[in-house]
Formats: sequence, C-alpha cells, structure tokens
Amino acid sequence: MSPVIPIQADVGCQDAPVLRERGQREVFCGLTGIIWLHRKMQDAFFLVVGSRTCAHLIQSAAGVMIFAEPRFATAILDERDLAGLADAQDELDRVVQRLLSRRPDIRLLFLVGSCPSEVIKLDLSRAASRLNQRFSPQVRVLNYSGSGIETTFTQGEDACLAALAPTLPSLPTVSVSSQPELMVVGALADVVEDQFQRLFQAMGLSRVSFFPSRSATNLPAVGPQTRFLLAQPFLGDTARALEARGAQRIAAPFPLGAEGSAAWMMAAAAAMGIDPDKAAQAIAPARERAEQALSVHRARLSGRRVFFFPDSQLEIPLARFLSRELGMQLVEVGSPYLHRTHLAEELALLPSGTFLSEGQDVERQLDRCRAARPDLVVCGLGLANPLEAEGMTTKWSIELVFTPIQGFEQAGDLAALFTRPLHRRQLLAA
Amino acid sequence: MQLTLWTYEGPPHVGAMRVATAMRGVHYVLHAPQGDTYADLLFTMIERRGERPPVTYTTFQARDLGGDTAQLFKDAAREAYARFQPQALLVGASCTAELIQDDPGGLAAALNLPVPVIPLELPAYQRKENWGAAETFYQLVRTLAVKPAQPRLRGTVPRCNLLGPTALGFRHRDDLREISQLITQLGIEINVIAPWHATPADLARLADADFNVVLYPEVAQTAAAWLSRSFSQPATRTVPIGVRATREFIAEVATLAGIDPDLASAQAHSRSTWYAESVDANYLTGKRVFVFGDATHAIAAARVAAQEFGFEVVGLGSYSREFGRELRAAAQDYGLEALITDDYLEVEAAMAAALPDLVLGTQMERHMAKRLGLPCAVVSAPVHVQDFPARHAPQMGFEGANVLFDTWVHPLMMGLEQHLLGMFRGDFEFHEDAAPSHLGHATPAATSSVAAVAPNAVAAAAAAVTAVTTAPADAAAATHSAHAADAAVGGDAAPIAVPIEPVTSTAPWSADAEQELRKIPFFVRAKARRNTEAYARIRSLPLITLETLYDAKAHFSR
Repeated sequence: MSPVIPIQADVGCQDAPVLRERGQREVFCGLTGIIWLHRKMQDAFFLVVGSRTCAHLIQSAAGVMIFAEPRFATAILDERDLAGLADAQDELDRVVQRLLSRRPDIRLLFLVGSCPSEVIKLDLSRAASRLNQRFSPQVRVLNYSGSGIETTFTQGEDACLAALAPTLPSLPTVSVSSQPELMVVGALADVVEDQFQRLFQAMGLSRVSFFPSRSATNLPAVGPQTRFLLAQPFLGDTARALEARGAQRIAAPFPLGAEGSAAWMMAAAAAMGIDPDKAAQAIAPARERAEQALSVHRARLSGRRVFFFPDSQLEIPLARFLSRELGMQLVEVGSPYLHRTHLAEELALLPSGTFLSEGQDVERQLDRCRAARPDLVVCGLGLANPLEAEGMTTKWSIELVFTPIQGFEQAGDLAALFTRPLHRRQLLAA
Repeated sequence: MQLTLWTYEGPPHVGAMRVATAMRGVHYVLHAPQGDTYADLLFTMIERRGERPPVTYTTFQARDLGGDTAQLFKDAAREAYARFQPQALLVGASCTAELIQDDPGGLAAALNLPVPVIPLELPAYQRKENWGAAETFYQLVRTLAVKPAQPRLRGTVPRCNLLGPTALGFRHRDDLREISQLITQLGIEINVIAPWHATPADLARLADADFNVVLYPEVAQTAAAWLSRSFSQPATRTVPIGVRATREFIAEVATLAGIDPDLASAQAHSRSTWYAESVDANYLTGKRVFVFGDATHAIAAARVAAQEFGFEVVGLGSYSREFGRELRAAAQDYGLEALITDDYLEVEAAMAAALPDLVLGTQMERHMAKRLGLPCAVVSAPVHVQDFPARHAPQMGFEGANVLFDTWVHPLMMGLEQHLLGMFRGDFEFHEDAAPSHLGHATPAATSSVAAVAPNAVAAAAAAVTAVTTAPADAAAATHSAHAADAAVGGDAAPIAVPIEPVTSTAPWSADAEQELRKIPFFVRAKARRNTEAYARIRSLPLITLETLYDAKAHFSR
C-alpha cells in the first residue's frame, strides 16, 4: 500500500475563491472551549470574568445544561465593577480568594476574558500576574480571552493553548547533533492520544509529547528541536506562540479518516527523519482496518450531497474526508475562519470548484441551503431542529468537536456520525 | 463581582426573547456580539421548537468597535424588517452592547419603519431573565393595547384575558391548556391569551375583557397592574397550583366574572386528594421537604406539600428577589425564614443543613440533592429538556395536582413496597446484592458511576452531547425518573465524573455500631448511615458508637 497520496489531475482549492460574508453568525464564542478543556486538563480551573450571559452560556450551551459542580465558574460583573476599574481588580482578587479557599485542589487557574471585560478593558494579564505573585507556587494563574468579539467556538482552545505556550519548560540547550522531538498540538481524547503514541512508537519515534497534556502541572518542554504537528486546524495563535519558542510546524493534512491520518503521520515521520517505508509499515495494519471500516459507510454516503454551516473550523478537513474517502458531494463548505497556511494541504485535496465560504450571514446561507436541498446539513444546535422541521436531515456539528474522531481507529466512528442521521430518517420514513 | 458556579436565571434579554418567541408577528433585533446567538438553542434544543426564535443579532466583532457599530445595528434592523415583515419590532441591547451605548431605540426610530418599534431598556448588570420578560411584556402591552373611546360594557358572557405564558416556560404549554379548559368550563369567554401565540393586533384588543387572569406573576404582574390602572381591569391573585389553590382560583374567577362557580364538574377528574388520603399514602406523613424555585412555584409547592400531602416544610426559598415580600409571608406560615438568594452555594448549604426527606426544587437542586443522596422532584424553572415532556403534564388545575402527586411521591420510596420489603426481609431474594426487579438480570449498578463513564477525559465530555447512555446512577438518586431523560440528553454524563470532595471528615464507626447498622434493612441503611454521620458531624463526635446510632435515629425520627 502506498503511503503517498495519489496525484490527481484535480488542482484542488488552494487558490479557489472564497465567499466572505458578514452578518449574523450562528457560532458559539470562544468561552465554550472551556467545556472540553476542563475535561482534558483535570487539575485546571477556568474562571470567566464576564456577565450573567457568559454564565448562562456555558451552563446552557454545553450539554444543553450540565449541572453539578464543574471546574469552571463565572465572576459576574455588576454595576459597581463597571463604575470604577480599580475596584474591579480588587473584586477579582476577592473572588479568586473565595474560589481557591473552596477548591484548594486548583493548581492552574485561567482567568478567561469575555466580551464585557474586553470592552471595559479590564486588564486580566495584570490581574493574573498579581495573583500569581500572591498564590504561587501552589497555584499558577494565566489569562486569555474567549470573548465573542474576538473568538469563535474552537478559537477558545487556541487562545488558551497560546497563553500556556510561553510557560512551557524549555528543552535542554541545543547542540548541533541534538535529535528533533515531536510535539502533537491540540486537545485530543486520551484514547486517541494513546493510539497515536503507540503508532509513533512503532515507527521508531519514542520522544513524542502532547500539548495540552492531561495534567496542567506536567506540561511538555519546547525548544528549537521541537517539530510540532497540529492535531486541530484552529490553532493559529498557538502555532505562532510555539514558533516564537523556536519550534517548527510540520505541514500536514489533519488526522481525519484513513487517508488524512496516514498523511498526518507520514508527514511527522518525514520531518523526524524516519524511513518512509518503515513508517508506512508501522501504520499499515491500522490504516487497513480504517479503510475496511469506511467501506461500509461509503456505500451509504457515496453520491449524497452535504452542506456545511460554519462552526468549528474542522469543516475543510471534514469535507475533504467526506468527498475523498466516502464519495460525498460538497454543496457548500462554510468555515468561521479559513487559515490558508495551516489548511494548505487540505485545500489542495478538495475537489476543484468546491464552494467555500468564510464567516456567515446566516439568513443568506439558509436561503442557499434551502435552494440546494442537500441530503445532509452539518450545522450548529441553533439551526438543527428548525432545519429538520423543514424536512432536511442534519448532523449537529458540535458532536464533531466533542467526539473522538481523529486517527485510524476512529475513522469508522467519524463516518458513522454522518450515516446515522440519514439512516434514522430512512427508518422513520419506512 | 459575584462568584457563580451556576445561575438560576439568564440575562434580561433572554427574558425578552421568551416573550418575543411566544408571540406571533413580533421580531426582536438585538445588538449583541457573536456568541450571544447561543440563546437560540435554548428554544430549538431545550424546548425542541421547530423554528428559530424571531431574533436577529447584529453580531459585532472587536474590529467593529473602533468603527460604526451603530450602522451595523441600523442595517440589521432594516434587513430584519424587510425579511420578516413583523407587525411590531422590539429592539434592544445585550450586556456587551449596553456598554458601547449605541441606543438601539433611537437608531431604530430613525429608520422610520411602518410598524411600531418598541425599545427595550433591560439593564443587564442589575436585572435578570424574569424581570426582562416582565418588562418586555409590559412595554408591548403599554405600546400596543388600545384604550377604547368609551368604557367597555359588560356583555352577557363574562370575558377575560390569560396573561403570562411564554416560550421556554416551565410547563406553560400544559398549564395553559388546563386553565383555558377550566375557564371555558366555567362559562367564561377567553378574549386574548398573551404573550403565548398572541399577535400585536391581539394585544391591541386587551381592553375588551372584564378581567385578567395572571398565570405567572413573574412575567405578567407588571402588565396586569398597568391594565388595571389604565383600563380598570381587575386581575386574579391566586395561582391555581394544587387542589386547594385551584378551588380558590375558581372562586376568585367566578367572583370577578359575576357567576356562580360550578366546582363539582370542574374537579370531576381530581384524584390527588383521594390518593393522599388513601391508606398506603400513610408513609407520606410528616416527610420533611425542602422547597426552592421561582417564587410562584416555590410558594405553591410549599402549600401543596404542607396542606395536601401532609409533609413538613423545613425550608422555603426562591431566587425571585422581586417577590421577597410574598415569600417571607409564606415562609412564616411554616415557622421558617425564607431563603432569598440566587447564590447556588447558599442554597446547597441550607439544604445540607436541613437534611430533608425530599427536595422540591429546580434542576440545580436536583443535582445538589443527588450529591447529598436525597430524593428530589423538579417543580420550577430554570428549564431542562426534560421539562418539555411529550405527554400532557401540567402543574396547574386539578390535572396539575394529579401530576404533582405522581412526580413528588415517586422519588420517595413507595410506601406499600417499603412495608412488603420489611416483611420479607431476610428472604433470599431480598438481600442487598440482588438487582432490583425492574433491571432484569443486570448486575447491580456500580456504587460509583464514575467508573461507568468513559475514563478518558474528552470522551466523557463527548458523552454530554452524543447521548451516550450513562449507567444508572446510585440507588438513592435512581429513584428519580429524570434519569432516563437525562441520559438521553446526556446532561449528566460529565458531572458524574467530577470528583466530589468530602465537605468535612466523618467520624469513624465503632465495631458494634457498624454491626448494628447492618441489621437495619438495606434499603434504608444508606440513609441511616448518612443521618448518623451528619448527626455526629454536627456534634463533632470523635467516634460513632451504638449510642450515637440510636441518638441520631431519635433525632431524625421526628
């Protein structure tokens, strides 16, 4: 089996025009990233400094209401805080003090900026450094912004990791002969991380780290020897922050589907100087399993038309997976933001002529969607039921963020996420 | 700044959305940043509406702040009008837009739209969801209701308006059906129901009724008070939750309508009174209940619990600060001080201190109760997807009282079953490791469902959304029927995995006390253990002895 992606006559979408829209967006703000980040880093705590809306958002949006005490909270701004800013800093100290006395298990505390705290220019980095002095070494305090005026949905993870990146320990000083080290960047389910770890090991790569790590107190080291591989397409700022530490990004498609996962791992192997045949051999059994798992779904999905509303920035890699590995036709692929550099390999693999859109005017996009009558619509939670009521079949895009979908062993699960709604409609129609 | 882990109410603009979404022919243009559109999914996912709420957000971004966000608002309002052609337009700002002070009202007025434009001033840093709903409804009524040139003449058939039901309301859909039926049965005509499915044109003819029925004071009282001042329409004060309150409501409505109430036919299908009196309901006697919710539901629940079920109310509270006076008065009836707070942590502390047999609360109290191992029934918003059941499940009227009986009594161990278990204690089938019959041949659920949830972090979060079925939670909490619904939404998957730190350390058990504890039937053993430990903790006892066990038993068997 060839690990190399077959060269096609198709020229891809690297230079394809993109419809850029400004209007109402049906996209979560970056605060929502907390929902999976607090599960990933179980010793970290997220304190949103914002309004009642922010508190309401994270409790309602996540599991459409997850109650019980989580590792996130909101410091709700009130009128007194808006009146004088010096006061707000004191208030924040008081709230953090109360939080830390209630939860002495907190080791890493993120102060998360929101729309109101950005607009009133509440200086959270000053607050973080002051609190750091006060509570270190027991607690480390960092800050980032998850505000909706600056971030959409998954960009919250980007902002969080970008805030963490400067605090990563340094790799020992470089000597000319020192070996490159591989760092996988982006929150992955632990089970996926373990699978990747094993495959890299089989390739002969033992020095592999993951960022974010499962524990906030045990972060991976970074330095000029670091070659990092993005596991998620929405990590622009994080990549920049790691590059500032001397690390180099490995260009690759994203590890979705059999082909994507293979290309992603082979890119890492090439960058780390692993013999391509040996690397291909190491991943061959897993790749074969993945292809086998996909063939079942291919029969169901092939020829079906899919429409993507923008949500997580995973849309381009998903569209590539659906079109190349499952034979689906892409009606429109909308993304909240298109990072041309990080997605270059993905765009090259999209069929030329794919309708790409960036940003959103939801009403116009709905008009296009209704006119096109696709077989499957991938969209956010706010749109899914209304579109179902109009007779369309939908897939909630948020599931693609919360479910482990990366890697060979998950390729079949990923495809199943798209077949299930179609299958369900069929069952109910029968 | 207030530290919150959870909030009972959303911001006031969500209250405005609930009113706008309930109505027809109204559109709301909300000056708000990207991300505030999350509120849409409250309606499409929690309430399972087949349409989006009639709201257009301006979705401004950081780069717009230096520029002209006012223009953005005007464009959005103009386009929303052109696209949706509403009969009336609501305009307002969310918390962030309030800070940039663009004045949506003034901007919208400048557009000269051919329909009424109603500006909403909802101070997001002072007020909350229910206040926002009340203010929005009041502004709509004030602007749109037309004062007749001549005072209204009473017709042969009395007429009323039903005020208060909104979108995303706790059982509003079902209450409305129940109360409309009741009113019609009494021979009273319903003029307008609002905001539920009312158009601006409907609001215009509010004056054409003899009186108003206020179903949800949190939403409708401000508007009803204005209607009473402006159109001399009296309004009802009784909320018909529970059999007694429903009877009083009928009497009140009949007086306002000037008719003789026909109670007999109205309560033909009322079962809850007889059920509560029946002999197997003996075990309900004196059960200690803790009540917390919105003011209307909390006050009603406490009354039903005390007067209709024979429970003892040991805690009564609400997050509705606007109704503090009513709450304090109600609490006094039970010799209690009302707990008026929106601080989840305070409620939890009060609940833990009261150690009730049953909690009647919101979804949040349900989770607190789960942590404390207490049975719980949900009686009030904030709403959860399970509060929109497919079946008809009102809280109001006689059928509502039947629903209350079922949903409050089920979480308590069934009395008859309890007696039988006691009689057959020691039977080989009734040992503590035997799985309950309704679980088939399954092995007993693990004591901690932490293990049942995927050990991997992100997958656990995934479970929250992907509807991975969670294992039945621990026995005490499993009594609540909510779990099935929960698993379906996955609302519980992640939190179960959150480790809970013990609040304070518990005294060790002496060997003989431990042995004595084992003699207690297994289905009440956990409770006995918990009560004894709490008793020991409160008194800072260093060791739980046989004496402590029986002291605690005496203490709690009130």
